[in-house]
Amino acid sequence: MNLQLSRTGEMRHLLTIEGLPKQVIYDVLDAAESFMPVTKRDVKKVPLLRGKTIFNLFFESSTRTRTTFEIAAKRLSADVININVGTSAVAKGESLLDTIANLSAMNADMFVVRHGQSGAPHLIAKYVPPHINVINAGDGSHAHPTQALLDMYTIRYFKKKFEGLRVAIVGDISHSRVARSQIHALTTLGASEVRVIAPKTLLPANVENLGVSVYNDIALGLQEVDVIIMLRLQRERMSGVNLPSSQEFYSAYGLTQKRLSLAKSDAIVMHPGPINRGVEIESLVADGRSSVILPQVTFGIAIRMAVMSILAGQAK
Amino acid sequence: MSKAFPKAEDLFLCLKDAVREQVSDQTAMVGIHTGGAWVAKRLHKVLGLNLPLGEIDVSFYRDDFAQRGLKSRVQPSSIEFEVNDREILLIDDVLYSGRTIRAAMNEIFDHGRPKKVMLGVLLDRGGRQLPIDANFVGGKVYLKEVERIALTKSDDELFEFVIRSGVET
Repeated sequence: MNLQLSRTGEMRHLLTIEGLPKQVIYDVLDAAESFMPVTKRDVKKVPLLRGKTIFNLFFESSTRTRTTFEIAAKRLSADVININVGTSAVAKGESLLDTIANLSAMNADMFVVRHGQSGAPHLIAKYVPPHINVINAGDGSHAHPTQALLDMYTIRYFKKKFEGLRVAIVGDISHSRVARSQIHALTTLGASEVRVIAPKTLLPANVENLGVSVYNDIALGLQEVDVIIMLRLQRERMSGVNLPSSQEFYSAYGLTQKRLSLAKSDAIVMHPGPINRGVEIESLVADGRSSVILPQVTFGIAIRMAVMSILAGQAK
Repeated sequence: MSKAFPKAEDLFLCLKDAVREQVSDQTAMVGIHTGGAWVAKRLHKVLGLNLPLGEIDVSFYRDDFAQRGLKSRVQPSSIEFEVNDREILLIDDVLYSGRTIRAAMNEIFDHGRPKKVMLGVLLDRGGRQLPIDANFVGGKVYLKEVERIALTKSDDELFEFVIRSGVET
């Protein structure tokens, strides 16, 4: 059963990019575009979700994602409740579904969920009453759909279309839910080539099956690419020895000015943040003219407004 | 079945004449997507208004969002002039329930506090559900609730109304 789409193909929950039709993705990008001017006005708010209550349920810490979801909800005039679940009910032994049942009893309309376990938002979506929408704000190393959507918005904004584009995703692919969601989005939208560039220890098994080409050598992988997406080294998800040291990673895979020059001259550099200067990316590149890392953050608000309003607007 | 009625081009001339006396070089014109924006664009040109033409899509302010959801293609609103203390002439193609106008006024007030807001429409079809009226109308025709009217625009920018009788949804 497809939890995130209704029988008529409308988005009910946003859990993963995998399996999301191209048109649904474009609808989100288009809606986000029309929300952009709202953030530049006197009153940076529209009344679309007035009276709705949105719970931000972060079972795992996050600053940027939680904040942008909160801003997005507030710009739609919803009431937002931030719950740092790690320090509350769960610490007292309550199960995930009991927490959800209790918040549903407080007349929640939407849950934005981040969880360390892959699949937790799916589980929640399966058990919530039909009028409640669930948005996955990152689960384990599985998916981070709103991040991928804002990345697609950024690419379309700077490159106009996906056809003909060569995109390289560099770094810790195996622990990255962002990379997985980006790969699904890029292949759905018809990018010409998606490359993953990483040492073997940071690549998931059978990554080729996702429709990407694999490079272990960054100097080869960056040749002639239009878009470079750098990923953060996810030390908190690493067990054992996946790489010797961050200095060694930087010398082999860090994005330096010199390496950037291998890509097309108008290539853009993206990063989902938080960035580790001198680990994945040289400061000169992060702050340089190819970097679109800060526009990504701004677009993230409009994307989250779009997703929330599309979900809330589906007939129940 | 569809029939062409009434002549939108004639109504446009009437609206233009009605509006001409009332606008100054300080009047700002705002068209409501989609039909109203077309009418506003032509009016703005023939009247030679100075201030940039504004356009708004009221989708984010509609009172039936909970029933209808978000239209897949919402046009970005653009108001590139200072709204505070400005005289604003709002333009739409058809005035019916008044709900679109209410939504449009709400949006305008989120850009600032205008000195005055006026409304010009190509056609007033009756059937108001709110205490809203137009300052300038091209013409009035009373249509039944089941009749749907839409403005169309040809390749050479000429307007025509198309009326369809259908089941009220």
